Amino acid sequence: MAGSDKLNITPPRWLLAELSYKCPLQCPYCSNPLDYAKYPHELSTDDWKRVLSQARRMGAVQLGFSGGEPLTRQDLSELVRYARELGYYSNLITSGYGLTEERIIELKQAGLDHIQVSIQASTQELNDHLAGTTTYQHKQEVAKLVKKHGYPMVLCVVIHRQNIHQMPQILEMAENLGADYLELANTQYYGWAHLNRDALLPTREQFEKAEKIAQAFKEKVAGKMKIYYVVPDFHEDRPKACMNGWGTTFLTIAPDGTALPCHSARELPGLDCPNVNDFSIEQIWNESKAFNFFRGTDWMQEPCRSCDEKHKDFGGCRCQAYLFNNDMYSTDPVCSKSPERHRIDAAIASAREASLAETEKPLVFRNSKNSKQLF
Amino acid sequence: MTINPDQPISFSPMHRLQWEEAQQKFVILYPEGMVELNQSSAEILQLCDGSRLLGQIVADLEAKFATAGLTNDITNFLNVALQNGWIRQA
Repeated sequence: MAGSDKLNITPPRWLLAELSYKCPLQCPYCSNPLDYAKYPHELSTDDWKRVLSQARRMGAVQLGFSGGEPLTRQDLSELVRYARELGYYSNLITSGYGLTEERIIELKQAGLDHIQVSIQASTQELNDHLAGTTTYQHKQEVAKLVKKHGYPMVLCVVIHRQNIHQMPQILEMAENLGADYLELANTQYYGWAHLNRDALLPTREQFEKAEKIAQAFKEKVAGKMKIYYVVPDFHEDRPKACMNGWGTTFLTIAPDGTALPCHSARELPGLDCPNVNDFSIEQIWNESKAFNFFRGTDWMQEPCRSCDEKHKDFGGCRCQAYLFNNDMYSTDPVCSKSPERHRIDAAIASAREASLAETEKPLVFRNSKNSKQLF
Repeated sequence: MTINPDQPISFSPMHRLQWEEAQQKFVILYPEGMVELNQSSAEILQLCDGSRLLGQIVADLEAKFATAGLTNDITNFLNVALQNGWIRQA
């Protein structure tokens, strides 16, 4: 365990329940691990109920039902009802695929608080290409039905080089659909997005242009629509305060019951992430090696160790440090104080070069066939 | 956007006001967010049930806490709450 001094462990507040890795979509920036096909086992309804109860007792209150596609679980309404009885505020994070009006009503009656629908682009052609399925029309209808049945409607659009030029149209679409919240999620480069980075990472000019447009829109719709802008950290000079600090707030449970301090933590070596079939949430949160690994600041190296911003960004993202520096203890390479910042700059340059090449490398879509081929 | 004293104030159906046992405080829950409330904010918001005007909320709280002169503090807080979308007026 890296932290040695007695830490004041705060209880979890957010529980991300990844119900299933199954998904009818094939988005090439999916945050699921590349080797997800290795973990076909899914927790039972009773397992999930136990997890929900235990986490709630510790103080978790925001609950995300995610995946894969959470709608593939036949027991979703049952879990939603159970979560509501426990007092969770539950969010359904969905592609909308397979969501009928009947099911929207059923989930509302079960106590679901809101539905976040992802749309891949502002045009049918690009949306369906990125999703690897014909879904654009249905998603638009789902968004309208979500509104109709009184849910706060959260529209989520993942932004990358293939769709960033559509920013004005994406904003217009959100406005036309009457979104209450719009999440503009600049792609975070883990999992499948890491694999496809050369084809997805926008240039600095593209980012700046899109950000300016989004900023002006934010002011225009103030009071009507809230914008969550997930920062494109590669183009920043300080890292994100990843997960609000390791093991302080967020708890992810993968479909097979593996408990993760962040949804990419599976990629990190030697954490021995515990499974909810072997331990209680309280044991996992307070005592497990994985959740204590990067708690506090004792694990840090220079330049983080002596940095006066270490309590602000916690050294950035451990998965990013590992992916770029092959050293999960090192400073997030996004930081301009990191001796490895050049690696981020090289990734930006490589993506720019790929964007100028005559034939772009094809996207590797997220599906079981590709997952099995990669491992 | 400021509070209209002649219209009743109700809590937003797009948010949830809830007591959190683990935190020993009231919180407001909404998509992907949570606001922790201090005691006085929670007291005010609990009265935003669609039946009271600003003046009645002030009167009720002044009576409950046997004090006077809360008008400004309560009005200021409710203006912030309105701007944040936590409460609404018809």
